[in-house]
Amino acid sequence: MNAVIQVENLTKRYGPVEALRGVSFEVQEGEVFGLLGPNGAGKTTTVEILEGLRTPDGGRVSVCGLDPQRSGESFKQEIGAVLQMTALPEKLRVGEALKLFASFYTRRRDAGELLRRFGLEEKRNAFYMQLSGGQKQRLAVALALVNEPTVVFLDEPTAGLDPQVRREMYDIIEELKQEKKTILLTTHYIEEAERLCDRVAIIDYGRLIALGSPRELKQRSAGTTRIEVRLARPESDGALRQLEAVADCRELDGSYVLHSTSVPQTIVALVKHLEGRSNELASLEIATPSLEDVFLQLTGRRLRD
Amino acid sequence: MKHTWTLTKARMRLAMRNRAFLFFSLIMPLSFLFIYLTILVRLLPGGTAYLLGAVLALTVMGSFWGLSVQLVMFREQGILRRFRIAPVGAGAMLASSIISNYFLTLPTVALELLLARRIFHLEHWGNLWGVWALVTLGTVAFAAFGLIVASVTNTMQETQVINNVIWSMFLFFSGATFPLPVMPHAIQRLADFLPATYLVTGLQRALASAATLWELRAELLALAGGSLVAFFISTQLFRWEPEQKVTRQAKAWAAATMIPFLLLGIWESANGQLRQDQKTIYDSLERRAAPHNTPR
Repeated sequence: MNAVIQVENLTKRYGPVEALRGVSFEVQEGEVFGLLGPNGAGKTTTVEILEGLRTPDGGRVSVCGLDPQRSGESFKQEIGAVLQMTALPEKLRVGEALKLFASFYTRRRDAGELLRRFGLEEKRNAFYMQLSGGQKQRLAVALALVNEPTVVFLDEPTAGLDPQVRREMYDIIEELKQEKKTILLTTHYIEEAERLCDRVAIIDYGRLIALGSPRELKQRSAGTTRIEVRLARPESDGALRQLEAVADCRELDGSYVLHSTSVPQTIVALVKHLEGRSNELASLEIATPSLEDVFLQLTGRRLRD
Repeated sequence: MKHTWTLTKARMRLAMRNRAFLFFSLIMPLSFLFIYLTILVRLLPGGTAYLLGAVLALTVMGSFWGLSVQLVMFREQGILRRFRIAPVGAGAMLASSIISNYFLTLPTVALELLLARRIFHLEHWGNLWGVWALVTLGTVAFAAFGLIVASVTNTMQETQVINNVIWSMFLFFSGATFPLPVMPHAIQRLADFLPATYLVTGLQRALASAATLWELRAELLALAGGSLVAFFISTQLFRWEPEQKVTRQAKAWAAATMIPFLLLGIWESANGQLRQDQKTIYDSLERRAAPHNTPR
């Protein structure tokens, strides 16, 4: 397989803030690669450097063998993108938008086919301002594909969408995956990264802190189960870490997240511990480890913090 | 060029669907026409052609407001960044806004000329080629000035403040509202440095005294030079993203837009031809009005 995207030791600074501190990764042809991290981690900065919208301070990037900063039009012909914080003129019709953007490219897809594919056929003559959030996002994906791009960048494509529309977007991205499109996706939704990505890079404070397939990353928590408890009165997480079969314990927003190698043993030990201290369980949730747990173990914080 | 033309057609369609655009580019200029040729003409009998020159100049100068506000709005709403990701350059974006604005301004100018002739008894057409050339160069120049303002301001509010200051100068110190020959000497001197003065004077001379293209050469050259410099500078200053900062260098570039008019102003201050032309045409109106005012 060929690396379609190559990122080497990428750095970027906004005044005193180091947005990227030496990020490196490669995306292979036909791969769906996810950049996962909390808001402000550096995901959008990375993707916008790859799209040629921002200039890096250091490091090297290559997309389809081209330098996004120097290759100009030939580079733009190769990529498609769903950007964050973007819009179209309010009174541009859906069909017109597709035709207009298609006209800028040498390779172009039929506007009618894209409208059908993204369920926008009935909205062909609707103004952009008349579309719902989900329809606007479907149009954004259709526009990103109008030039049959080699690489598609999807920057937080489901941010701000309601759960049903988000699931529709997942279906669309899965279709693209079946077409073997190379996709770079940024997200702070665990479910999105786990469901859609072949490989995920976890980014925090401008550093890449983990890289691998969702399964590989979750194996870091292999053999443990996540138990999240709320207590009537606070306890020290150090005391809970001493409980039987507990591999790790962290306090987060008034909850305690324990990683246990044996759920029954830990729960019995927890109940006994609380009884001894006249404390009570307010709630208890058991779940298999997710990428959230990987992030938690690596940073001590939740992804949505 | 292909992208520019495609964008021009799209922008024209969008403008036609915009009520605010129709108000500012049709209703407002026609209101000026009616005010000038029904009310102000009473203060200046026989001055229909002269006043029509000012009305057409105001219509053309409207490009300054329209394009600056539109560009800032497109940038603030993130519309420009959607185009930035496509193979479209700043030149095509800017040229399409100027060309579409030109094609949309021409029908209003034609309608004003027709109404002046049919309803307000404009005696003759004047030099229509001269009018066309001045309207063309004026639209490009003032549109490019607007694009420069849009590039050196960060918010809509800032754009509107700067536009108001510049627009007021264009409006009151160029002869578009008060004839320059009746203004204080200092303002007449200041007017020599304003691009609007060359447009107003040129249109008044082309309409009222049918000045030939050769006779209008100073005004045409001033506007052509201004258009070229302003368009070049607008492409240098163009910003796709709201967070791209306006650098000091950019502000210096923006100030450079005034260089052709500064040079012309210095030349005119020494030579006085522009002021002489304004006076000649204004005096001819006074002479035409005089017989009516003289008691028998």
